[in-house]
Amino acid sequence: MQVDTALGKDLVGLEPLSAAQIRAILDTAEPFKEISERAIKKVPVLRGKTIVNLFFEPSTRTRISFEFAEKRLSADTVNISAVGSSVAKGETLVDTARNLEAMKIDMVVIRHGSSGAARFLADRIESNVINAGDGRHEHPTQALLDMLTIRDHLGRLEGVRVCIVGDILHSRVARSNIWGLTKMGAEVAVCGPRTLMPPYVTELGVQQFSRIEEAIEWADVLNVLRLQLERMQAGYVPSLREYNRFFGVTRARLLRAPRPLLILHPGPMNRGVEIDSDVADGPHSVILDQVTNGIAVRMAVLYLLAGGAPERAEAAKSAPEAV
Amino acid sequence: MTDQNRRLLLDERAVERTLARMAREIVERAGSIESLVLLGIQRRGVQLTERLAAEIERAEGVRPASGTLDITLYRDDLMAIGPRPVVGETRLPSGGIDGRVVVIVDDVCYTGRTARAALDELADFGRPARIYLCVLVDRGGRELPIQPDIVGLTVETTAGQRVDVLVPELDGRLAVELVSPAREVE
Amino acid sequence: MTPRPLLLRGGRVVDPSQGIDDVLDVLLVDGTVARLGRGLEAPEHAEVRNVSGLVVCPGLIDLHVHLREPGGERKETIESGARAAAAGGFTAVCAMPNTDPPVDDPAAVGFVRAQGMRAGYARVYPVAAVSVGQRGERLAAIGEMVDAGAVAISDDGRPVSDAGLMRLALEYAQTFGIPVANHCEELSLSRGGSMNEGLVSTRLGLQGIPNAAEDVMIARDLLLAELTGGRLHIQHVSTRRGVEMIRAAKERGVPVTAEVTPHHLTLTDEAVDGYRTEAKVNPPLRTAEDVAALREGLADGTLDVLATDHAPHHYDEKEQAFDDAPFGMVGLETALGIALTELVRKGVLTLSQLVDRMSCGPARAFRLPGGTLAVGSPADVTVIDLDAEWIVDPDKFLSKSRNTPFAGWKLVGQAALTIVGGRVVWDREVGPR
Repeated sequence: MQVDTALGKDLVGLEPLSAAQIRAILDTAEPFKEISERAIKKVPVLRGKTIVNLFFEPSTRTRISFEFAEKRLSADTVNISAVGSSVAKGETLVDTARNLEAMKIDMVVIRHGSSGAARFLADRIESNVINAGDGRHEHPTQALLDMLTIRDHLGRLEGVRVCIVGDILHSRVARSNIWGLTKMGAEVAVCGPRTLMPPYVTELGVQQFSRIEEAIEWADVLNVLRLQLERMQAGYVPSLREYNRFFGVTRARLLRAPRPLLILHPGPMNRGVEIDSDVADGPHSVILDQVTNGIAVRMAVLYLLAGGAPERAEAAKSAPEAV
Repeated sequence: MTDQNRRLLLDERAVERTLARMAREIVERAGSIESLVLLGIQRRGVQLTERLAAEIERAEGVRPASGTLDITLYRDDLMAIGPRPVVGETRLPSGGIDGRVVVIVDDVCYTGRTARAALDELADFGRPARIYLCVLVDRGGRELPIQPDIVGLTVETTAGQRVDVLVPELDGRLAVELVSPAREVE
Repeated sequence: MTPRPLLLRGGRVVDPSQGIDDVLDVLLVDGTVARLGRGLEAPEHAEVRNVSGLVVCPGLIDLHVHLREPGGERKETIESGARAAAAGGFTAVCAMPNTDPPVDDPAAVGFVRAQGMRAGYARVYPVAAVSVGQRGERLAAIGEMVDAGAVAISDDGRPVSDAGLMRLALEYAQTFGIPVANHCEELSLSRGGSMNEGLVSTRLGLQGIPNAAEDVMIARDLLLAELTGGRLHIQHVSTRRGVEMIRAAKERGVPVTAEVTPHHLTLTDEAVDGYRTEAKVNPPLRTAEDVAALREGLADGTLDVLATDHAPHHYDEKEQAFDDAPFGMVGLETALGIALTELVRKGVLTLSQLVDRMSCGPARAFRLPGGTLAVGSPADVTVIDLDAEWIVDPDKFLSKSRNTPFAGWKLVGQAALTIVGGRVVWDREVGPR
């Protein structure tokens, strides 16, 4: 119906999308939430379509979330896990693309350790490609479900103050959130140790706080990122205890917040490191809503992309609606 | 091509009279109000359902259970039609539809495909004792062996024409109009 | 077998080493420049070529190429590289030692030299490793390698990370009259990086290599050159601070020469956008400020030499996720065209300055024969058509590899003839032999 919100063949990231397109995805996700409440959690939308979940990095929750979304839309799903392969990653990627093309797969959901991998695949195969996380670049469905969760609880995104806390440097969740939220008119800030902050990050349209107290003072929403153990091992921060002491989201800190904060976390959580248990399980945490919304958002994306070639939109404009 | 001829088929008063008659037919068929469920198909079927439920309440003193049904995800042409249509709300009344008498309400019956989609969707929700199809306008042109049980107005149309049911909530007035393309140059 | 005498008639001779820019005939006899003058008579049996309307200059010399042989013959061989060089107008190239095995002993040096001579296109001067295996631990047998024909030492591919070893190299090399060419990169600052550290790297989610990674080592090497009096040659300068520091060091009399590549003079990190691996190179493409500073440095002579850092890679390797693709781009067949179109035509350099940076300067930096058309010098000559319009088509490259970000660029200016030792090794009318 609205041609200018059509997504094209792939969802590689939020950076190339317009606010209207993002809004269309969020709006589409709402009715899909209802399907997950039904006794029979299935609609025939993608019946007969084959979807491959191509995961080069380990992931439980994202993969399961996509799998549920795909199955609830009646698609046939295949999981390919190429984790821990010692074969040159890139070599496998090109050949994998060619194989998928030869098997006439309808849609591919890809997670890969190299930034740009989703675009790399999308450019080489005709199937729809959905980025489930490429290196540090983007994780669009995560940001979309984060935004849907915020919108559900606060009623809007425009003017909402969202601070992303943690290892921004290595985070694709942060980047996608920055793109998505700024396009939707939210005010975005980042907070974390300088060693884990990407250079020139403020040029993406975000504020930067060096102390978590400042972030809590300012924000309506905190999106708390997981601190990976490897970062400590690589020397970016001296210890996890130090990280928790100076950047952890703790109940004591939240009590000093001037207004109630919404707490988001992409999971899985390192309890006691970036977020304390009583916060994660507390009244302001919407982490479980994120999980529910995750399936709905992914269903919406699959629905919007499937078979969606822009040329068809032209044909549809002149076709009468069958009643 | 952009010029169209609009002919009024039912004005506001006529629509109200027709709906009143349809409401009585529904009650006759259902037998009891308690087992009745009216489900309006998005979008205008929803407004018609509201009016039918109100009519039944006026006549019988009891308002029947009602809900809304969005059949977009069950369309048989979903993957062919370019940009995805917006999916509306589907909400069934509490108590569900198992063993009840369900009346599917829509504004116009044409090819019959919408009704087919609605039947498929209902099958995923449960097993009604009986399903009736109720439409304000039957314009002919069936492509499937489906017939409405309760009809407000029957009118013969050609493929190029369209029947518009207008409701105040969406269109600012209550009416039924026949839309024909402007006469083509010979 | 000595070639026939060759008379180049009517060309515009541009020879900065003699301050010549004039229409003159050039006579090449027995592999040397015999005469320059007007209306020269062709001796018996001489080949005469009419080069009026074209530019005649001392043969171009590329101080930095990777020919991949031994070990990487799939990507390039000494022969294919020397042929590509000739097609690009180069009469000589200096081959870097980071082959497999690396060129770190006199036998390997001899092998590279012999392969070059056997190919018979552009001259191939081997550059030998600084350290054994290029591992950065101990000096290789530099004297013996110079004897076998090495013209410089470098661990390129890698930096000489240990300052103590760099000092030793700068001191030791003086005995043999060769420079130490260093790829300046502080590895602990560039670790994991695949492009310039900046806004583009943040947007793309790629680890960046900051300017400081290069500057820190340029600073170090300039100070070591000052300390030891050894001849330092800084390879592929890419940063503005690097240019500033080299300029200041030269003013102090430090014996340093420096090179810059055509891609660093024309592209910024924006070229990587879209994860284009053809633009993945080390040191990386940087910002507009750096490009401006490099152009200024090349114009004022702070940067003495234009060198390509020709780095062939098989398409398989470049067809990978950005992080996994190797660094490098080919350059022999586009350097002259890019330089003429983007630098000379745009007023960054005069033609005479360009010839200096591509011929006289390189010859001076590595004390190579050539770089001049003075009588008695080797008959290495490049004849350039300044007006030839052409489009870069990698499929037509003579190099075995095609990895370039300049595909499709419209350039004006290319080599018409390349003459080595008085023999025509490239004639664009004829194509590859």
